[in-house]
Amino acid sequence: MNNRKLLAFIPLALFLLLGLFLWRGLSIDPTELPSELADKKRPIPAFELPSLTEPSRLLTPDDLKGEVALLNVWATWCPTCKEEHGFLNRLAQDENVTIYGINYKDEPGKAREWLRRYLNPYQKVVLDQDGSLGLDMGVYGAPETYVLDPEGRVRYRHVGAVDAEVWKTLKQVMAQVEQESRS
Amino acid sequence: MRALLMWLMLLVPLSAQAAIDAYEFSDEQKEERFQQLTNELRCPKCQNQNIADSDAPLAADLRREVHRMLEAGEPNESIIDFMVTRYGDFVLYRPRVNETTWLLWYGPFVLLGIGILVVVLISRNRRQNSASTSEATPPAAPGRYQASDSLSTEEAERLNKLLQRDSDQ
Repeated sequence: MNNRKLLAFIPLALFLLLGLFLWRGLSIDPTELPSELADKKRPIPAFELPSLTEPSRLLTPDDLKGEVALLNVWATWCPTCKEEHGFLNRLAQDENVTIYGINYKDEPGKAREWLRRYLNPYQKVVLDQDGSLGLDMGVYGAPETYVLDPEGRVRYRHVGAVDAEVWKTLKQVMAQVEQESRS
Repeated sequence: MRALLMWLMLLVPLSAQAAIDAYEFSDEQKEERFQQLTNELRCPKCQNQNIADSDAPLAADLRREVHRMLEAGEPNESIIDFMVTRYGDFVLYRPRVNETTWLLWYGPFVLLGIGILVVVLISRNRRQNSASTSEATPPAAPGRYQASDSLSTEEAERLNKLLQRDSDQ
């Protein structure tokens, strides 16, 4: 008889378990893309690639160290990059944010023309013509924006355009990283 | 007409070939492993396709990398590691067995075990129940009461009479 009473609770237990799974499912965003670099605070993978703006100069991960900075992956074939470019200019000019760029799978001539026409918010631009650096970083597409700490480790990654809303988050992350590196 | 049909037939395999990149393999085993790996790796850009199916440029890059590493003689594990360090566990359509995936890999077997246990318990209960009811004495005739622990002989007779009277009316 006692056994039977316990059996009666099985449907309730199943219901609660299912409810728990479904509830958890509601809070998962399937469009969110994981970033191995940001999740594990990994440094930017090793590379030696020419600079877009000074083609005779080779850039390495050391060139991206020194301060808390944004690293923006962009290309002229990417319409969303054009959309966010004005906002990046504003960040560089008005907010004094250090922004580095990775020109991803692009034609260098077109990219230089783009920077001349729409202004250049980047302190340095890495020319990643065959996308090998992008592949090593786990880039899904352009645009993507990373927050780097002074040691050149990746602390945050945003997929998609940077706008005022996204900047709020990025700014918060940058301030936090800044504080950490000072202490 | 027949010539035309022949020409059309010739076109069929050509159009099917067009969607596949032309990779050359030094041996057949590598080609097989290439098929297997590209079928099990998820395209990070278009999430419901593997990199073998996807036309996204990123998937093409990843196929190229898989081919390059295979030809360089790397084992499957290091190719999968290469993808996971860049894109995370997320790219594996066949997740690895570790603490976070134990539930995923072994959960179904646990559920199956619970199911079997419930079936066994229920059937055993049922067998016991039917055994105990067959031991009990069935009533002599429906609607007729006999003397038992709660009824004396006189009471049983009286009850039967009363019931008889009710059913006569």
